[in-house]
Amino acid sequence: MEFVSQHPILVVSVIKIAIALFVVMTALAYLTWFERKVVARIQSRWGPYWVGPHGLLQPLADGIKFLFKEDVVPPTADRITYVLAPFLALALALTTLALIPIGPATISVLGQKTQLVIAHSNIALILLFAISSLGIYGVALAGWSSNSKYPLMGGLRSSAQMVSYEVSLTLSVVGVLLLAGSFDFYDIVGSQSGRWFHFIPKWQIIPQFFGFLCYLTAAIAETNRIPFDLPEAETELVAGFHTEYSSFKFAMFFMAEYANMITVSCLATLLFLGGWLSPFPDTWSWQLYLPAVGLILGGLAMIAGGITSGQLTAKLVFPVLGLFCLAVGGLCAIHGVAVVVQGPFWFIGKVFLLLFFYVWMRGTLPRFRYDQLMSFGWKFLLPVSLANLVITSIVVMFLGARG
Amino acid sequence: MSIAMALFIVCGALTIFGAVGLILAKEPVHSALSLILVMVALAVLYLLLGAEFIAAIQILVYAGAIMVLFVFVIMLLNAGEEVRTNLSRLARWVGLPLGVFFLAEMGYLLFHEYAGRAAGAANAPVVASTTDLSMKLFTEFVLPFELTSILILIAVLGAMVLARKEPQ
Repeated sequence: MEFVSQHPILVVSVIKIAIALFVVMTALAYLTWFERKVVARIQSRWGPYWVGPHGLLQPLADGIKFLFKEDVVPPTADRITYVLAPFLALALALTTLALIPIGPATISVLGQKTQLVIAHSNIALILLFAISSLGIYGVALAGWSSNSKYPLMGGLRSSAQMVSYEVSLTLSVVGVLLLAGSFDFYDIVGSQSGRWFHFIPKWQIIPQFFGFLCYLTAAIAETNRIPFDLPEAETELVAGFHTEYSSFKFAMFFMAEYANMITVSCLATLLFLGGWLSPFPDTWSWQLYLPAVGLILGGLAMIAGGITSGQLTAKLVFPVLGLFCLAVGGLCAIHGVAVVVQGPFWFIGKVFLLLFFYVWMRGTLPRFRYDQLMSFGWKFLLPVSLANLVITSIVVMFLGARG
Repeated sequence: MSIAMALFIVCGALTIFGAVGLILAKEPVHSALSLILVMVALAVLYLLLGAEFIAAIQILVYAGAIMVLFVFVIMLLNAGEEVRTNLSRLARWVGLPLGVFFLAEMGYLLFHEYAGRAAGAANAPVVASTTDLSMKLFTEFVLPFELTSILILIAVLGAMVLARKEPQ
Protein backbone atom coordinates (compact mmCIF):
# COMPACT_ATOMS: atom_id res chain seq x y z
CA MET A 1 0.00 0.00 0.00
CA GLU A 2 2.92 2.28 0.70
CA PHE A 3 4.13 1.84 -2.87
CA VAL A 4 0.68 2.84 -4.15
CA SER A 5 0.64 6.07 -2.18
CA GLN A 6 4.22 6.89 -3.21
CA HIS A 7 3.73 6.35 -6.93
CA PRO A 8 0.09 7.26 -7.65
CA ILE A 9 0.72 8.05 -11.33
CA LEU A 10 2.36 4.67 -11.89
CA VAL A 11 -0.53 2.78 -10.31
CA VAL A 12 -3.16 4.75 -12.23
CA SER A 13 -1.21 4.13 -15.46
CA VAL A 14 -1.12 0.40 -14.81
CA ILE A 15 -4.90 0.39 -14.24
CA LYS A 16 -5.45 2.34 -17.45
CA ILE A 17 -3.14 0.02 -19.41
CA ALA A 18 -4.99 -3.05 -18.11
CA ILE A 19 -8.38 -1.63 -19.12
CA ALA A 20 -7.12 -0.44 -22.51
CA LEU A 21 -5.47 -3.80 -23.21
CA PHE A 22 -8.69 -5.68 -22.41
CA VAL A 23 -10.78 -3.37 -24.61
CA VAL A 24 -8.29 -3.42 -27.49
CA MET A 25 -7.86 -7.20 -27.41
CA THR A 26 -11.63 -7.70 -27.48
CA ALA A 27 -11.92 -5.13 -30.26
CA LEU A 28 -9.21 -6.95 -32.25
CA ALA A 29 -11.02 -10.26 -31.91
CA TYR A 30 -14.36 -8.81 -32.96
CA LEU A 31 -12.79 -6.82 -35.78
CA THR A 32 -12.03 -10.18 -37.46
CA TRP A 33 -15.68 -11.19 -36.98
CA PHE A 34 -16.85 -7.82 -38.33
CA GLU A 35 -14.56 -8.08 -41.35
CA ARG A 36 -15.73 -11.60 -42.21
CA LYS A 37 -19.37 -10.58 -41.86
CA VAL A 38 -19.05 -7.45 -44.02
CA VAL A 39 -16.98 -9.15 -46.72
CA ALA A 40 -19.51 -11.99 -46.70
CA ARG A 41 -22.36 -9.51 -47.25
CA ILE A 42 -20.43 -7.91 -50.14
CA GLN A 43 -20.00 -11.36 -51.70
CA SER A 44 -23.61 -12.48 -51.00
CA ARG A 45 -22.63 -15.04 -48.36
CA TRP A 46 -23.56 -15.48 -44.71
CA GLY A 47 -20.09 -15.46 -43.17
CA PRO A 48 -19.49 -17.11 -39.78
CA TYR A 49 -22.83 -18.35 -38.48
CA TRP A 50 -22.58 -21.56 -36.47
CA VAL A 51 -20.44 -20.79 -33.41
CA GLY A 52 -22.84 -18.88 -31.20
CA PRO A 53 -25.69 -16.73 -32.48
CA HIS A 54 -24.67 -15.02 -35.74
CA GLY A 55 -21.20 -16.51 -35.29
CA LEU A 56 -20.52 -14.16 -32.37
CA LEU A 57 -18.36 -16.71 -30.57
CA GLN A 58 -16.25 -17.39 -33.68
CA PRO A 59 -13.33 -15.17 -32.48
CA LEU A 60 -13.24 -17.15 -29.20
CA ALA A 61 -13.21 -20.44 -31.11
CA ASP A 62 -10.42 -19.13 -33.35
CA GLY A 63 -8.38 -18.07 -30.32
CA ILE A 64 -8.72 -21.48 -28.65
CA LYS A 65 -7.80 -23.20 -31.90
CA PHE A 66 -4.67 -21.07 -32.31
CA LEU A 67 -3.61 -21.79 -28.73
CA PHE A 68 -3.94 -25.57 -29.08
CA LYS A 69 -2.26 -25.97 -32.47
CA GLU A 70 1.26 -27.37 -32.57
CA ASP A 71 3.88 -24.62 -32.68
CA VAL A 72 6.22 -25.65 -35.49
CA VAL A 73 9.63 -24.00 -35.79
CA PRO A 74 11.43 -24.81 -39.05
CA PRO A 75 14.75 -26.57 -38.19
CA THR A 76 16.74 -24.29 -40.48
CA ALA A 77 15.22 -21.11 -39.06
CA ASP A 78 17.25 -18.59 -37.12
CA ARG A 79 15.63 -19.40 -33.78
CA ILE A 80 16.08 -16.19 -31.77
CA THR A 81 14.97 -13.89 -34.57
CA TYR A 82 12.17 -16.26 -35.57
CA VAL A 83 10.67 -16.12 -32.07
CA LEU A 84 11.39 -12.41 -31.62
CA ALA A 85 9.63 -11.24 -34.80
CA PRO A 86 5.96 -11.87 -33.87
CA PHE A 87 6.49 -10.46 -30.36
CA LEU A 88 8.07 -7.34 -31.83
CA ALA A 89 5.23 -6.89 -34.32
CA LEU A 90 2.45 -7.19 -31.73
CA ALA A 91 4.19 -5.28 -28.92
CA LEU A 92 4.99 -2.28 -31.12
CA ALA A 93 1.52 -2.26 -32.66
CA LEU A 94 -0.07 -2.16 -29.19
CA THR A 95 2.41 0.41 -27.80
CA THR A 96 1.37 3.05 -30.31
CA LEU A 97 -2.20 2.90 -28.98
CA ALA A 98 -0.95 4.24 -25.62
CA LEU A 99 -0.51 7.69 -27.17
CA ILE A 100 -4.07 7.95 -28.55
CA PRO A 101 -6.44 10.06 -26.43
CA ILE A 102 -10.11 9.11 -26.78
CA GLY A 103 -11.84 12.08 -25.15
CA PRO A 104 -11.38 15.53 -23.64
CA ALA A 105 -12.74 14.70 -20.16
CA THR A 106 -10.67 14.08 -17.05
CA ILE A 107 -11.85 11.28 -14.77
CA SER A 108 -10.93 10.42 -11.22
CA VAL A 109 -9.20 7.07 -10.54
CA LEU A 110 -8.20 6.25 -6.94
CA GLY A 111 -8.47 9.96 -6.13
CA GLN A 112 -6.11 10.88 -8.98
CA LYS A 113 -7.35 13.20 -11.71
CA THR A 114 -6.40 11.63 -15.00
CA GLN A 115 -7.01 12.10 -18.72
CA LEU A 116 -8.50 9.57 -21.14
CA VAL A 117 -5.09 8.65 -22.53
CA ILE A 118 -2.33 6.38 -21.22
CA ALA A 119 0.67 8.54 -22.16
CA HIS A 120 0.10 12.26 -22.67
CA SER A 121 3.09 13.81 -24.41
CA ASN A 122 3.46 17.17 -26.11
CA ILE A 123 5.23 15.48 -29.02
CA ALA A 124 2.80 12.57 -29.17
CA LEU A 125 2.60 12.55 -32.97
CA ILE A 126 6.37 12.21 -33.47
CA LEU A 127 6.55 9.51 -30.80
CA LEU A 128 3.74 7.64 -32.52
CA PHE A 129 5.51 7.75 -35.87
CA ALA A 130 8.78 6.74 -34.19
CA ILE A 131 7.27 3.64 -32.58
CA SER A 132 5.27 2.63 -35.63
CA SER A 133 8.36 3.01 -37.85
CA LEU A 134 9.93 0.16 -35.84
CA GLY A 135 7.01 -2.09 -36.84
CA ILE A 136 8.78 -2.90 -40.11
CA TYR A 137 11.25 -5.08 -38.19
CA GLY A 138 8.54 -7.56 -37.21
CA VAL A 139 7.68 -8.25 -40.82
CA ALA A 140 11.23 -8.04 -42.23
CA LEU A 141 12.78 -10.27 -39.57
CA ALA A 142 9.96 -12.81 -39.84
CA GLY A 143 10.65 -13.07 -43.56
CA TRP A 144 14.40 -13.37 -43.14
CA SER A 145 14.55 -15.70 -40.15
CA SER A 146 12.22 -18.34 -41.64
CA ASN A 147 15.09 -19.24 -43.99
CA SER A 148 12.71 -20.04 -46.80
CA LYS A 149 12.19 -18.48 -50.23
CA TYR A 150 8.59 -17.22 -50.11
CA PRO A 151 8.86 -15.59 -46.68
CA LEU A 152 12.10 -13.88 -47.73
CA MET A 153 10.44 -12.45 -50.83
CA GLY A 154 7.47 -11.34 -48.74
CA GLY A 155 9.72 -9.74 -46.12
CA LEU A 156 11.72 -7.89 -48.76
CA ARG A 157 8.60 -6.67 -50.52
CA SER A 158 7.00 -5.44 -47.34
CA SER A 159 10.11 -3.61 -46.07
CA ALA A 160 10.48 -1.85 -49.43
CA GLN A 161 6.76 -1.02 -49.49
CA MET A 162 6.59 0.22 -45.90
CA VAL A 163 9.72 2.37 -46.25
CA SER A 164 8.38 3.91 -49.47
CA TYR A 165 4.91 4.71 -48.18
CA GLU A 166 6.11 5.92 -44.79
CA VAL A 167 7.55 8.99 -46.53
CA SER A 168 4.18 9.96 -48.03
CA LEU A 169 2.39 9.10 -44.79
CA THR A 170 4.56 11.46 -42.75
CA LEU A 171 4.46 14.24 -45.35
CA SER A 172 0.67 14.12 -45.69
CA VAL A 173 0.32 14.83 -41.97
CA VAL A 174 2.60 17.90 -41.94
CA GLY A 175 -0.13 20.07 -43.49
CA VAL A 176 -2.34 19.43 -40.47
CA LEU A 177 0.57 20.20 -38.15
CA LEU A 178 1.17 23.54 -39.87
CA LEU A 179 -2.48 24.51 -39.45
CA ALA A 180 -2.70 23.28 -35.85
CA GLY A 181 0.77 24.42 -34.76
CA SER A 182 1.34 21.56 -32.32
CA PHE A 183 2.36 17.90 -32.02
CA ASP A 184 0.01 17.35 -29.10
CA PHE A 185 -3.21 15.51 -30.00
CA TYR A 186 -5.20 17.61 -27.53
CA ASP A 187 -4.07 20.82 -29.27
CA ILE A 188 -4.60 19.34 -32.74
CA VAL A 189 -8.20 18.38 -31.92
CA GLY A 190 -8.67 21.70 -30.11
CA SER A 191 -7.66 23.58 -33.27
CA GLN A 192 -10.52 21.86 -35.11
CA SER A 193 -13.27 23.17 -32.83
CA GLY A 194 -15.57 25.91 -34.08
CA ARG A 195 -17.59 26.26 -37.25
CA TRP A 196 -17.66 27.98 -40.62
CA PHE A 197 -20.99 29.78 -41.27
CA HIS A 198 -22.22 28.38 -37.91
CA PHE A 199 -22.78 24.85 -39.23
CA ILE A 200 -19.82 23.36 -41.15
CA PRO A 201 -17.40 21.93 -38.54
CA LYS A 202 -13.83 23.26 -38.83
CA TRP A 203 -12.32 19.80 -39.24
CA GLN A 204 -8.99 19.51 -41.00
CA ILE A 205 -10.47 17.25 -43.68
CA ILE A 206 -11.93 20.33 -45.41
CA PRO A 207 -8.76 22.48 -45.80
CA GLN A 208 -6.56 19.37 -45.99
CA PHE A 209 -8.69 17.21 -48.28
CA PHE A 210 -5.77 16.10 -50.47
CA GLY A 211 -3.70 15.51 -47.35
CA PHE A 212 -6.47 13.24 -46.08
CA LEU A 213 -6.60 11.25 -49.34
CA CYS A 214 -2.79 10.87 -49.34
CA TYR A 215 -2.86 9.81 -45.68
CA LEU A 216 -5.59 7.23 -46.23
CA THR A 217 -3.82 5.69 -49.24
CA ALA A 218 -0.43 5.59 -47.54
CA ALA A 219 -1.99 4.23 -44.35
CA ILE A 220 -3.60 1.30 -46.17
CA ALA A 221 -0.21 0.56 -47.75
CA GLU A 222 1.56 0.85 -44.37
CA THR A 223 -0.76 -1.69 -42.79
CA ASN A 224 -0.30 -4.11 -45.74
CA ARG A 225 -3.99 -4.26 -46.57
CA ILE A 226 -5.73 -4.80 -49.89
CA PRO A 227 -5.14 -3.31 -52.47
CA PHE A 228 -1.57 -3.04 -51.18
CA ASP A 229 -1.21 -6.46 -49.53
CA LEU A 230 1.65 -7.60 -51.75
CA PRO A 231 3.73 -8.94 -48.82
CA GLU A 232 1.19 -11.73 -48.43
CA ALA A 233 -0.09 -12.04 -51.98
CA GLU A 234 -1.25 -15.66 -51.77
CA THR A 235 -1.32 -16.22 -55.52
CA GLU A 236 2.39 -15.41 -55.76
CA LEU A 237 3.97 -15.92 -52.35
CA VAL A 238 1.78 -18.54 -50.52
CA ALA A 239 1.35 -16.39 -47.38
CA GLY A 240 4.34 -14.05 -47.67
CA PHE A 241 6.36 -13.29 -44.57
CA HIS A 242 4.33 -15.51 -42.22
CA THR A 243 4.28 -18.66 -44.40
CA GLU A 244 6.42 -20.61 -41.91
CA TYR A 245 4.58 -19.42 -38.81
CA SER A 246 2.01 -21.56 -37.07
CA SER A 247 -0.10 -21.62 -33.93
CA PHE A 248 -0.15 -18.53 -31.74
CA LYS A 249 2.81 -16.87 -33.44
CA PHE A 250 0.72 -16.68 -36.60
CA ALA A 251 -2.16 -15.25 -34.58
CA MET A 252 0.19 -12.58 -33.20
CA PHE A 253 0.97 -11.31 -36.71
CA PHE A 254 -2.73 -11.28 -37.40
CA MET A 255 -3.46 -9.31 -34.23
CA ALA A 256 -0.62 -6.89 -35.01
CA GLU A 257 -2.14 -6.18 -38.41
CA TYR A 258 -5.53 -5.41 -36.90
CA ALA A 259 -3.98 -3.32 -34.11
CA ASN A 260 -2.16 -1.28 -36.77
CA MET A 261 -5.45 -0.79 -38.59
CA ILE A 262 -6.99 0.57 -35.39
CA THR A 263 -4.01 2.88 -34.72
CA VAL A 264 -4.06 4.29 -38.24
CA SER A 265 -7.83 4.87 -38.08
CA CYS A 266 -7.50 6.58 -34.68
CA LEU A 267 -4.79 8.84 -36.07
CA ALA A 268 -6.90 9.75 -39.11
CA THR A 269 -9.80 10.59 -36.77
CA LEU A 270 -7.63 12.78 -34.53
CA LEU A 271 -5.85 14.60 -37.33
CA PHE A 272 -8.50 15.02 -40.01
CA LEU A 273 -11.95 14.20 -38.64
CA GLY A 274 -12.04 16.37 -35.54
CA GLY A 275 -11.25 13.61 -33.02
CA TRP A 276 -13.90 13.51 -30.31
CA LEU A 277 -15.74 16.65 -31.50
CA SER A 278 -19.40 16.24 -32.32
CA PRO A 279 -20.53 16.90 -35.92
CA PHE A 280 -23.60 18.73 -34.59
CA PRO A 281 -23.60 22.35 -33.32
CA ASP A 282 -23.00 22.77 -29.56
CA THR A 283 -26.40 24.44 -29.17
CA TRP A 284 -28.16 21.12 -29.77
CA SER A 285 -28.06 19.98 -26.16
CA TRP A 286 -30.04 16.79 -26.81
CA GLN A 287 -26.97 15.21 -28.48
CA LEU A 288 -25.57 14.69 -24.97
CA TYR A 289 -28.02 11.78 -24.62
CA LEU A 290 -27.30 10.22 -28.02
CA PRO A 291 -25.02 7.46 -26.60
CA ALA A 292 -27.70 6.52 -24.04
CA VAL A 293 -30.47 6.47 -26.65
CA GLY A 294 -28.33 4.38 -29.03
CA LEU A 295 -27.46 1.83 -26.33
CA ILE A 296 -31.08 1.53 -25.12
CA LEU A 297 -32.44 1.09 -28.65
CA GLY A 298 -29.70 -1.48 -29.39
CA GLY A 299 -30.51 -3.33 -26.17
CA LEU A 300 -34.24 -3.42 -26.96
CA ALA A 301 -33.50 -4.69 -30.49
CA MET A 302 -31.28 -7.46 -29.05
CA ILE A 303 -33.95 -8.59 -26.58
CA ALA A 304 -36.62 -8.63 -29.29
CA GLY A 305 -34.33 -10.41 -31.78
CA GLY A 306 -33.23 -12.96 -29.19
CA ILE A 307 -36.76 -13.90 -28.12
CA THR A 308 -38.01 -14.34 -31.68
CA SER A 309 -34.87 -16.26 -32.76
CA GLY A 310 -35.08 -20.00 -33.47
CA GLN A 311 -31.62 -20.85 -32.08
CA LEU A 312 -31.48 -21.84 -28.42
CA THR A 313 -28.14 -20.09 -27.73
CA ALA A 314 -29.48 -16.91 -29.33
CA LYS A 315 -32.60 -17.10 -27.11
CA LEU A 316 -30.32 -17.25 -24.05
CA VAL A 317 -27.45 -14.93 -25.00
CA PHE A 318 -29.15 -12.01 -26.72
CA PRO A 319 -31.62 -11.04 -23.97
CA VAL A 320 -28.77 -11.03 -21.42
CA LEU A 321 -26.60 -8.86 -23.71
CA GLY A 322 -29.62 -6.64 -24.33
CA LEU A 323 -30.23 -6.17 -20.61
CA PHE A 324 -26.54 -5.29 -20.18
CA CYS A 325 -26.83 -2.69 -22.95
CA LEU A 326 -29.98 -1.29 -21.30
CA ALA A 327 -28.14 -0.97 -17.97
CA VAL A 328 -25.13 0.78 -19.55
CA GLY A 329 -27.48 3.00 -21.56
CA GLY A 330 -29.32 3.96 -18.37
CA LEU A 331 -25.99 4.81 -16.74
CA CYS A 332 -25.07 7.02 -19.73
CA ALA A 333 -28.34 8.94 -19.30
CA ILE A 334 -27.05 10.42 -16.00
CA HIS A 335 -25.83 13.92 -16.81
CA GLY A 336 -22.34 13.62 -15.29
CA VAL A 337 -21.64 10.33 -17.04
CA ALA A 338 -23.11 11.60 -20.32
CA VAL A 339 -20.60 14.47 -20.38
CA VAL A 340 -17.65 12.06 -19.99
CA VAL A 341 -19.02 9.52 -22.47
CA GLN A 342 -19.71 12.15 -25.15
CA GLY A 343 -16.07 12.39 -26.39
CA PRO A 344 -15.32 8.65 -26.61
CA PHE A 345 -18.74 8.10 -28.26
CA TRP A 346 -17.95 10.31 -31.27
CA PHE A 347 -14.31 9.22 -31.38
CA ILE A 348 -15.12 5.51 -31.47
CA GLY A 349 -17.92 6.16 -33.95
CA LYS A 350 -15.54 7.85 -36.39
CA VAL A 351 -12.85 5.17 -35.94
CA PHE A 352 -15.51 2.54 -36.60
CA LEU A 353 -16.53 4.26 -39.84
CA LEU A 354 -12.90 4.26 -41.02
CA LEU A 355 -12.52 0.58 -40.12
CA PHE A 356 -15.66 -0.14 -42.13
CA PHE A 357 -14.04 1.73 -45.03
CA TYR A 358 -10.98 -0.53 -44.72
CA VAL A 359 -13.12 -3.67 -44.93
CA TRP A 360 -15.15 -2.20 -47.77
CA MET A 361 -11.91 -1.63 -49.74
CA ARG A 362 -10.92 -5.22 -49.10
CA GLY A 363 -14.23 -6.50 -50.40
CA THR A 364 -14.18 -4.49 -53.62
CA LEU A 365 -10.66 -3.78 -54.88
CA PRO A 366 -8.20 -6.08 -56.70
CA ARG A 367 -4.50 -6.18 -55.79
CA PHE A 368 -1.82 -3.96 -57.34
CA ARG A 369 1.07 -5.42 -59.28
CA TYR A 370 4.42 -4.88 -57.54
CA ASP A 371 5.91 -2.40 -60.03
CA GLN A 372 2.59 -0.49 -60.12
CA LEU A 373 2.70 -0.24 -56.34
CA MET A 374 6.21 1.20 -56.30
CA SER A 375 5.68 3.69 -59.14
CA PHE A 376 2.36 4.78 -57.60
CA GLY A 377 4.04 5.42 -54.25
CA TRP A 378 7.07 7.32 -55.52
CA LYS A 379 5.83 8.97 -58.72
CA PHE A 380 2.27 9.91 -57.74
CA LEU A 381 1.63 9.86 -53.99
CA LEU A 382 4.91 11.51 -52.94
CA PRO A 383 4.66 14.47 -55.39
CA VAL A 384 1.00 15.03 -54.47
CA SER A 385 1.71 15.07 -50.72
CA LEU A 386 4.73 17.35 -51.30
CA ALA A 387 2.62 19.75 -53.38
CA ASN A 388 -0.04 19.72 -50.66
CA LEU A 389 2.64 20.61 -48.11
CA VAL A 390 4.05 23.47 -50.22
CA ILE A 391 0.60 24.99 -50.93
CA THR A 392 -0.39 24.69 -47.25
CA SER A 393 2.85 26.40 -46.16
CA ILE A 394 2.27 29.30 -48.57
CA VAL A 395 -1.32 29.74 -47.39
CA VAL A 396 -0.26 29.60 -43.73
CA MET A 397 2.50 32.15 -44.41
CA PHE A 398 0.09 34.68 -45.94
CA LEU A 399 -3.08 34.07 -43.94
CA GLY A 400 -1.84 32.80 -40.57
CA ALA A 401 -2.41 29.38 -39.02
CA ARG A 402 -6.13 29.59 -38.22
CA GLY A 403 -7.13 31.26 -41.52
CA MET B 1 15.72 3.38 -5.45
CA SER B 2 13.62 5.62 -7.64
CA ILE B 3 11.99 4.45 -10.85
CA ALA B 4 14.19 6.76 -12.93
CA MET B 5 17.33 5.20 -11.40
CA ALA B 6 16.09 1.66 -12.07
CA LEU B 7 15.27 2.61 -15.68
CA PHE B 8 18.72 4.16 -16.05
CA ILE B 9 20.49 1.01 -14.81
CA VAL B 10 18.39 -1.31 -17.00
CA CYS B 11 18.78 0.80 -20.15
CA GLY B 12 22.46 1.41 -19.52
CA ALA B 13 23.01 -2.33 -19.18
CA LEU B 14 21.00 -2.94 -22.36
CA THR B 15 23.11 -0.39 -24.23
CA ILE B 16 26.35 -2.09 -23.20
CA PHE B 17 24.88 -5.53 -23.93
CA GLY B 18 23.84 -4.36 -27.41
CA ALA B 19 27.22 -2.76 -28.10
CA VAL B 20 29.09 -5.94 -27.13
CA GLY B 21 26.64 -8.03 -29.16
CA LEU B 22 27.19 -5.81 -32.18
CA ILE B 23 30.90 -6.67 -32.19
CA LEU B 24 30.70 -10.33 -31.18
CA ALA B 25 27.71 -11.51 -33.29
CA LYS B 26 28.72 -13.65 -36.24
CA GLU B 27 25.48 -13.19 -38.20
CA PRO B 28 25.22 -9.71 -39.82
CA VAL B 29 21.49 -9.48 -39.03
CA HIS B 30 22.20 -10.14 -35.33
CA SER B 31 24.79 -7.35 -35.37
CA ALA B 32 22.24 -4.99 -36.91
CA LEU B 33 19.65 -6.00 -34.29
CA SER B 34 22.15 -5.33 -31.49
CA LEU B 35 22.78 -1.88 -32.91
CA ILE B 36 19.02 -1.21 -32.95
CA LEU B 37 18.87 -2.27 -29.30
CA VAL B 38 21.65 0.23 -28.50
CA MET B 39 19.73 3.01 -30.25
CA VAL B 40 16.41 2.30 -28.57
CA ALA B 41 18.01 2.02 -25.12
CA LEU B 42 19.87 5.29 -25.76
CA ALA B 43 16.57 6.93 -26.68
CA VAL B 44 15.17 5.92 -23.28
CA LEU B 45 18.25 7.45 -21.63
CA TYR B 46 17.58 10.70 -23.54
CA LEU B 47 13.99 10.59 -22.30
CA LEU B 48 15.25 10.27 -18.72
CA LEU B 49 17.29 13.43 -19.29
CA GLY B 50 14.13 15.26 -20.37
CA ALA B 51 15.07 15.43 -24.06
CA GLU B 52 11.81 14.10 -25.48
CA PHE B 53 12.28 15.40 -29.00
CA ILE B 54 15.82 14.04 -29.38
CA ALA B 55 14.66 10.66 -28.08
CA ALA B 56 11.80 10.45 -30.58
CA ILE B 57 14.00 11.57 -33.47
CA GLN B 58 16.69 9.09 -32.41
CA ILE B 59 14.21 6.22 -32.81
CA LEU B 60 12.52 7.66 -35.89
CA VAL B 61 15.69 8.36 -37.86
CA TYR B 62 18.27 5.85 -36.66
CA ALA B 63 16.26 2.82 -35.60
CA GLY B 64 13.24 3.40 -37.86
CA ALA B 65 14.89 4.54 -41.09
CA ILE B 66 18.63 3.98 -41.32
CA MET B 67 18.74 0.57 -39.67
CA VAL B 68 15.73 -0.60 -41.70
CA LEU B 69 17.77 0.04 -44.82
CA PHE B 70 20.74 -1.82 -43.28
CA VAL B 71 18.59 -4.85 -42.50
CA PHE B 72 16.99 -4.58 -45.93
CA VAL B 73 20.34 -4.63 -47.70
CA ILE B 74 21.63 -7.53 -45.58
CA MET B 75 18.47 -9.48 -46.41
CA LEU B 76 18.67 -8.58 -50.08
CA LEU B 77 22.26 -9.78 -50.39
CA ASN B 78 21.43 -12.67 -48.05
CA ALA B 79 24.87 -12.26 -46.52
CA GLY B 80 26.17 -15.34 -44.77
CA GLU B 81 28.57 -15.48 -41.85
CA GLU B 82 31.00 -12.65 -41.91
CA VAL B 83 34.55 -13.32 -42.96
CA ARG B 84 36.96 -13.07 -40.02
CA THR B 85 40.58 -12.11 -40.45
CA ASN B 86 43.20 -11.82 -37.77
CA LEU B 87 43.61 -8.35 -36.38
CA SER B 88 45.24 -6.20 -39.02
CA ARG B 89 48.56 -4.64 -38.11
CA LEU B 90 47.09 -1.15 -38.21
CA ALA B 91 44.40 -2.12 -35.70
CA ARG B 92 46.99 -3.62 -33.35
CA TRP B 93 49.51 -0.78 -33.35
CA VAL B 94 47.23 2.26 -33.76
CA GLY B 95 43.77 1.12 -32.74
CA LEU B 96 44.59 -0.47 -29.42
CA PRO B 97 46.58 2.47 -27.97
CA LEU B 98 43.93 4.90 -29.23
CA GLY B 99 41.21 2.86 -27.54
CA VAL B 100 43.09 2.74 -24.26
CA PHE B 101 43.78 6.49 -24.46
CA PHE B 102 40.10 7.22 -25.14
CA LEU B 103 38.98 5.09 -22.19
CA ALA B 104 41.49 6.77 -19.88
CA GLU B 105 40.34 10.21 -21.01
CA MET B 106 36.67 9.35 -20.39
CA GLY B 107 37.51 7.90 -17.00
CA TYR B 108 39.46 10.99 -16.01
CA LEU B 109 36.65 13.33 -17.07
CA LEU B 110 33.99 11.28 -15.29
CA PHE B 111 35.85 11.02 -11.99
CA HIS B 112 37.52 14.42 -11.77
CA GLU B 113 35.49 16.97 -13.71
CA TYR B 114 31.95 15.83 -12.96
CA ALA B 115 32.35 14.16 -9.58
CA GLY B 116 31.45 17.30 -7.67
CA ARG B 117 28.54 18.37 -9.88
CA ALA B 118 26.94 15.01 -10.49
CA ALA B 119 24.90 14.90 -7.32
CA GLY B 120 23.16 18.20 -7.95
CA ALA B 121 23.00 18.28 -11.73
CA ALA B 122 21.72 14.77 -12.38
CA ASN B 123 18.58 15.28 -10.33
CA ALA B 124 17.46 18.36 -12.23
CA PRO B 125 17.21 17.47 -15.93
CA VAL B 126 17.10 20.42 -18.30
CA VAL B 127 13.77 20.20 -20.10
CA ALA B 128 14.28 21.55 -23.61
CA SER B 129 10.91 22.04 -25.24
CA THR B 130 10.44 21.33 -28.92
CA THR B 131 9.58 25.00 -29.48
CA ASP B 132 12.89 26.19 -27.96
CA LEU B 133 14.78 23.64 -30.00
CA SER B 134 13.20 24.66 -33.30
CA MET B 135 13.67 28.37 -32.50
CA LYS B 136 17.41 27.77 -31.99
CA LEU B 137 17.59 25.56 -35.06
CA PHE B 138 15.96 28.07 -37.40
CA THR B 139 17.61 31.24 -36.06
CA GLU B 140 21.02 30.69 -34.50
CA PHE B 141 21.95 27.49 -36.32
CA VAL B 142 20.12 28.05 -39.58
CA LEU B 143 23.28 27.95 -41.74
CA PRO B 144 24.55 24.54 -40.52
CA PHE B 145 20.97 23.26 -40.71
CA GLU B 146 20.55 24.29 -44.34
CA LEU B 147 24.04 23.06 -45.24
CA THR B 148 23.19 19.64 -43.80
CA SER B 149 20.03 19.56 -45.91
CA ILE B 150 22.05 20.33 -49.03
CA LEU B 151 24.55 17.62 -48.09
CA ILE B 152 21.74 15.06 -47.81
CA LEU B 153 20.31 16.24 -51.14
CA ILE B 154 23.69 15.75 -52.80
CA ALA B 155 23.92 12.27 -51.29
CA VAL B 156 20.45 11.42 -52.66
CA LEU B 157 21.39 12.68 -56.13
CA GLY B 158 24.66 10.75 -55.98
CA ALA B 159 22.85 7.54 -55.08
CA MET B 160 20.44 8.08 -57.97
CA VAL B 161 23.26 8.65 -60.45
CA LEU B 162 25.05 5.49 -59.27
CA ALA B 163 21.90 3.36 -59.27
CA ARG B 164 20.58 4.52 -62.64
CA LYS B 165 21.01 2.21 -65.61
CA GLU B 166 23.01 3.56 -68.55
CA PRO B 167 20.70 4.86 -71.31
CA GLN B 168 20.56 2.42 -74.20
